[in-house]
Amino acid sequence: MTATTVKFYQTGTHTVGNRLLDPEHRSVQADMRRTNSLNSGHRACQGCGEALGARYAIDAAMQATDNQLIAANATGCLEVFSTPYPETSWQIPWIHSLFGNTAAVATGIAAALRVKGRTEVRVVAQGGDGGTTDIGFGCLSGMFERNDDVLYICYDNEAYMNTGVQRSSATPGAARTATTPAVGEAPGNVFGQGKSLPLIAMAHEIPYVATAIVSELRDLEAKVKRAMEIRGARYIHIFVPCPLGWGTASNQTIHIARLAKETGIFPVIAAEHGELTKVSKIRKQLPVEDYLKPQRRFAHLFSPTPNLAAIAHIQALADRNIRRFGLIDAAPVGAVASAPTGAGDN
Amino acid sequence: MLTQCEGSHAVAATVALCRPEVICAYPISPQTHIVEGLSEMVRDGTLQHCEFINVESEFAAMSVAIGSSATGARSYTATASQGLLFMAEAVWNASGLGLPIVMTLANRAIGAPINIWNDHTDAMSMRDAGWLQLFAENNQEAADLHIQAFRLAEELSLPIMVCMDGFILTHAYEGVDIPTQAQVDAYLPPYEPRQVLDPRDPVSIGAMVGPEAFTEVRYLAHAKQMQALELIPQLAEEFQAQFGRASGGLIRTYRTEDAQTVVVALGSVLGTIKDTIDDLREEGHKIGVLGITSFRPFPTAAIGEAVRYCERVVVVEKSFAVGVGGIVSRDVRTAMREHPHPIYAVIAGLGGRAITKDSLHQLFLTAMDDKLEALTFLDLDWNAVNRELERERTTRRSGPIAENLLRDLGVVAARVG
Repeated sequence: MTATTVKFYQTGTHTVGNRLLDPEHRSVQADMRRTNSLNSGHRACQGCGEALGARYAIDAAMQATDNQLIAANATGCLEVFSTPYPETSWQIPWIHSLFGNTAAVATGIAAALRVKGRTEVRVVAQGGDGGTTDIGFGCLSGMFERNDDVLYICYDNEAYMNTGVQRSSATPGAARTATTPAVGEAPGNVFGQGKSLPLIAMAHEIPYVATAIVSELRDLEAKVKRAMEIRGARYIHIFVPCPLGWGTASNQTIHIARLAKETGIFPVIAAEHGELTKVSKIRKQLPVEDYLKPQRRFAHLFSPTPNLAAIAHIQALADRNIRRFGLIDAAPVGAVASAPTGAGDN
Repeated sequence: MLTQCEGSHAVAATVALCRPEVICAYPISPQTHIVEGLSEMVRDGTLQHCEFINVESEFAAMSVAIGSSATGARSYTATASQGLLFMAEAVWNASGLGLPIVMTLANRAIGAPINIWNDHTDAMSMRDAGWLQLFAENNQEAADLHIQAFRLAEELSLPIMVCMDGFILTHAYEGVDIPTQAQVDAYLPPYEPRQVLDPRDPVSIGAMVGPEAFTEVRYLAHAKQMQALELIPQLAEEFQAQFGRASGGLIRTYRTEDAQTVVVALGSVLGTIKDTIDDLREEGHKIGVLGITSFRPFPTAAIGEAVRYCERVVVVEKSFAVGVGGIVSRDVRTAMREHPHPIYAVIAGLGGRAITKDSLHQLFLTAMDDKLEALTFLDLDWNAVNRELERERTTRRSGPIAENLLRDLGVVAARVG
């Protein structure tokens, strides 16, 4: 199916109005037959971005595979809140093994399906940023380089939320976590550390890499659908605000996510075989303060006195994203779409 | 038909006959020849319907096996030493989830100091991990135990380590009777899993379990191993009936009928011990040996019965618990609760040190006089040890221990014996 550009937005919300669309163009979430793969009744916090992201992604994957899906899950919030024995919220075959081995478990599932000739059944692995960028990184890189037939989804809420908000290698500079406290001369997480898993995934030149954000439902669903059209290793990195860890109001999750995109803090992109193929443009660029201010993890940047240097640093990082990925249409042509993988020819 | 081949080759050929569907491999000596052999058989089509996956670590190897086993595929891997430790978290997870993975453990010492030679420290480090552990005495048994292990693992839905001494067995060339495919097929039916990830019947596996059920889940793991105590001898009998040779079982005794002294050991050292005992028998000593094939589950009753009428037990073990003493001997002592005669723990063969007939002969004579210490380190170089202890007593910066010892001994490369 070719992508349809939809320009009917509801006033003020930027949300696509389903009623204005033909049924076949409506989102999976708008479909009464959606599978609710992660069913209601689980124990996630109110406003949990990860629960939202997981339901969006897995429902979309279920639709794309005609419900022929198996999921492997890393230890973490998603695993804990969805399966306190004897309850489970998963309506699909699901396994949790360990914190750091999810990609390898998924590889094993895919191998078993291949040897048994069940190639119509597809495999998703999922974990948080800690399980993906830190402890599960070795297994993930191995799964990537072997090009195993697995879609790995990382729900990135930028810290170890399940254990009480400790820093991960996905925690942004200046953010307060339990292990990067907002005290001292350079409060919060230090700048210049951390890693971009989407770029690392692109460097593996796997068939498909994408980033997505819970405020962009259609884009997220389209990326999962695209991922399921492809065989081999695929990676989707979903930005999921965490009201508990970030200190945001539980009814602001979507809003915070949208601000991350509109400031350039989180670039929403896609790449195939290491080359950038899709960039979601910023519709109206906002200053990073708009994104930072509603979050208590950044409160020390504004009070008691504004930390102008740190805010400028974060703005510079957002501007760099805008330049690097061409997030704004007006950006000079030469600055567009050069993925720093070393493998591209531009 | 008897084939003269390397132990690793015999195991690879036999594992292939067991029709594994997923094999994950990460190289570590002395296990490498086994997965190399299997990789070749998958590549040249000798072993069909099998996925061979070169993983990036032992942790991934066990994790891939967890995923494939949970999806209903017969899954196999092999490791040793540091590799087993590196996969330790997944080792416990595989048994906790009740997945019937079979793994060859080519027993090797654990560093530091790094050492690639044989002892049983790796297996003993995982003795409480919920896996069954079967120890092979020779290459024929190593091969045969794998056939029984797949059957046993899948009946119980528990993982099994087949332990074979690194180098001593894996790299030794012996005549091994490698069965035919038809023989193995007749003994080992296709894998019918108790739990499987399948969209046709979705289940959640690996849920979080709190205090309300954790004890029961753990007890059931124990209950399954107790079932294995009955199943292992049954499968060994069935194996003997079908293949015409004795392999496996819980324990095996040799010349223990009237023995006043029973030596207990695991693995390939049993051969040397039997030869020593033959000599001692000729000298008129009433001594026999008990080989433990199944270390987990531990055959408490069978051992208790076998040592019932003897006067003393000597356990020769290739590992020990630092700060306490013998590991196997402590379990054997439990089996001897009803008849508490002396039990001597002898730590031998660490890091590949040869266990010679001469040393064993002297050791057993001392034991039969009841002059053995409760804990003995066979052939320990007391001069080397005392020199280092003295150095540490007199010098604050005494330096790295292993390097000090090698310098004292004037040894620059490894020496067996």
